Amino acid sequence: MHDKIRRGAAGLAALLLAAPAWAAGAKSEPKVVDPARDWDHLWREVIVDITIIGVLFAIVTAWFIWQARRRPGNEVGASPRLSPASAVGWVVIPIFVFLSIDLYTAANGWVLWNTFRDVPANRLEIKLEAGMYSWDYTYPNGVRTQNQLVVPAGTPVVLRMTSRDTLHSHYIPDFRVKEDSMPGRITYLWFNPTKPGEHVVTCAEYCGVMHGYMAGRIIVKAPEEYAAWMKGEETSLAAASIPAVEPATATKPAKLAAKKT
Amino acid sequence: MMNLKEWIFTTDHKRVGVLYLIGSMLAFAVAGIMALLMRAELSTIGPTITANPTQYNVWLYTHGAVMILGFQIPALTGFFANYCIPLMIGAKDVAFPRVNALSVWLFYVGVILAVLTFFIPDPPDVMWTGYPPYSTITTGNTAMYSFTVLILGFASIIGGVNFLTTVAYMRAPGIKLNKLNIFVWCTLAAFVLQLIFVPVLGTAVTLISMDKYLGTNFFDPTKGGDVLTYQNLFWFYSHPAVYVIFLPFIGVVYEIIAAHARNMVFNYKMVVYGGVGGIVLLAGEVWVHHLYVSGMADWLRIGQMVTTLMISIPVGLMMIGLIGTLYKGSIAFNTPMLYALGVVFLFLIGGLTGIPLAVPSLTIGVSDTYYVVGHFHYVMAVAGTFAIFGGVYHWFPKMTGRMYNEFWGKLGFWITFVGVNIVFWIMMDIGVEGMPRRYYDYAHFPQFEGAHQWMTVGAAILAVGFAIAVLNWILGAINGEPAGDNPWGSPSLEWTTVSPPPHGNWPSPPSVAEDWHPYGFKKG
Ligand code: HEM
Ligand SMILES: [Cu+2]
Ligand SMILES: [Cu+2]
Repeated sequence: MHDKIRRGAAGLAALLLAAPAWAAGAKSEPKVVDPARDWDHLWREVIVDITIIGVLFAIVTAWFIWQARRRPGNEVGASPRLSPASAVGWVVIPIFVFLSIDLYTAANGWVLWNTFRDVPANRLEIKLEAGMYSWDYTYPNGVRTQNQLVVPAGTPVVLRMTSRDTLHSHYIPDFRVKEDSMPGRITYLWFNPTKPGEHVVTCAEYCGVMHGYMAGRIIVKAPEEYAAWMKGEETSLAAASIPAVEPATATKPAKLAAKKT
Repeated sequence: MMNLKEWIFTTDHKRVGVLYLIGSMLAFAVAGIMALLMRAELSTIGPTITANPTQYNVWLYTHGAVMILGFQIPALTGFFANYCIPLMIGAKDVAFPRVNALSVWLFYVGVILAVLTFFIPDPPDVMWTGYPPYSTITTGNTAMYSFTVLILGFASIIGGVNFLTTVAYMRAPGIKLNKLNIFVWCTLAAFVLQLIFVPVLGTAVTLISMDKYLGTNFFDPTKGGDVLTYQNLFWFYSHPAVYVIFLPFIGVVYEIIAAHARNMVFNYKMVVYGGVGGIVLLAGEVWVHHLYVSGMADWLRIGQMVTTLMISIPVGLMMIGLIGTLYKGSIAFNTPMLYALGVVFLFLIGGLTGIPLAVPSLTIGVSDTYYVVGHFHYVMAVAGTFAIFGGVYHWFPKMTGRMYNEFWGKLGFWITFVGVNIVFWIMMDIGVEGMPRRYYDYAHFPQFEGAHQWMTVGAAILAVGFAIAVLNWILGAINGEPAGDNPWGSPSLEWTTVSPPPHGNWPSPPSVAEDWHPYGFKKG
């Protein structure tokens, strides 16, 4: 509860005071954050809140309906006449109540938004090109994979995304994150794979006939296993040799360069 | 019996209204069958009733486009506006009866175009949103989509001009602006939104067809265009469009609740200025909430989070007005009232589940999933449809002079109410867990198969309920009990003439007493 109040207050202060700083692009310090966990937290909070509001509202309404059912002696309604003051009050007070709920939600939402948009400095940068109907990933060292992204646990991963044809949206339900990719723009999303495991990737923006089949996987490996896997990939990349991509591997036998695809 | 020619060439606003009702109900049937086909397809993983994903996509396109453009908007701003507004303001007809006839003809052309989808070789498969680049490279017929939208949009614009003029100049003596029915206010506001925003949609859909067929590059970044421009134009109209649906349907609900609770609308001015006015003011400033994960500038997403959340203010005031009208009323649970009360609860669920969707950082998780599809069916599709069905029941005695059957009316309501909650509650639930929308198949989400089967069952149930309602109307219109002129005992003007009203509406022009009010229910 304390935590909730502090977050809300911080968010509200941010909303009111720090807007210019935010607009100027101030970034928070790199720290270990997990947007997916924060998402779950805020989601639960909002769902609990709307459930309470909804149940209260429904009970009051049901009570009014039952009270006001037509029966002998109650053949015509008798809603109270409002004085001008109470008529205005019924506008002003709800406005304040709704507005404060709105701003409180907005403040919390904004804090979480910054978490989703500020990428930690120690990230792994992956390029993603989406196409009908595959996800094509490129690692910083030129290693490429399709529909399968292997990442080390504990390192934040950012995808710099574009598309070679229609809209697509790289959606990883387990990490609560998606963002559209499209031709002509580069968009990004990041997530923090904290422990080893596998996660479904699925397309969330209608992209064509086979939209429903545009799926992939994110495989999170322990850092050592990831390093071993990456070494293997580098070796086979070198064997297939795409010299222009990575100077470190460009020293490999030049005759294989002809095999470039 | 009156002959067909008389109906086709009619300029009587009531007949134009009934033509709108018949056309939009046919559209509802077509789009509803599409929904059932989709639900059947999704009942198992892998191909179920078709092995061709495009077939599913065409169903989904037709379902979305026809439900919105062919059913809800025409039923609300075509049927109810035409039938009720002149009667409610004591006018003989609308200001431009022939323009009115033209608008219903154009509407039928639009519906026929939409239905032709099933007979042309490459039907549109671009979804009702028609986003490029897909809409400009598909082999499906994008032009068909553009023309359907343009024609239905044009029909609606000329209707708007007509009704604004009618209410401005043709009110009976004594009907001041603070004595207009809430439905009239709501519908005027909806037409104001249509007049401002439909041209933007027209532009958007014209440009995609130009890109596809004439070689322009408005949305092709390799030749200087921009993909996102379309999405902005589209939602610049299509968000306000949800208020074009919401406002008249909540207006209908106000009429039903006031009449069947025999009660004064609670805080009339709050509802009109705060609710209706507030929505008109905010309607155009929130479209980016449809683009929270589309790659828009961050500052726009944050800015429109605040405006979107603020929509809760006018909408909340309208809910307070409704519930206040129930308070100390004299409620009779007739069929129209059941539908109206159903709307209150469905809209409550739909509205509250929209709050997380106003927040970009939460939407980043659930955007484009079944959570969104469940939410907007509650808030607009189902709430709006319940209001339409309730409204038809409510004015049924006026239109036909006869009474529908209460037993079947109530039974139909309850069956539908159970069905929609099964379908759309489950939808929201699996959406949060990751089920994306617009999927012909969900092979990599086997855990959702059971939920999909329940939804298919729910859809079959609700279809039975709707069918009962429509049959009830048809049978009631043919041989229902005579209903009398004012079965609900309402002082609202449409109930002061005979049922069904003659051409010209009143034998002699109506006038109202000084203390008359459409919600001034009196004892005795
Ligand atoms: C009453 C029974 C209805 C059922 C069972 C139903 C079912 C469905 C289903 C299963 C989907 C989407 C599935 C997918 O994303 O693959 C859908 C989408 C949709 N429905 Fe309905 N629906 C109903 C009524 C309505 C009504 C009355 C409207 C009126 C506005 C409506 C408007 C839409 C729209 C706009 C979409 C989205 C289309 C798109 O993704 O492009 N539906 N419906
Ligand atoms: Cu896709
Ligand atoms: Cu919207």
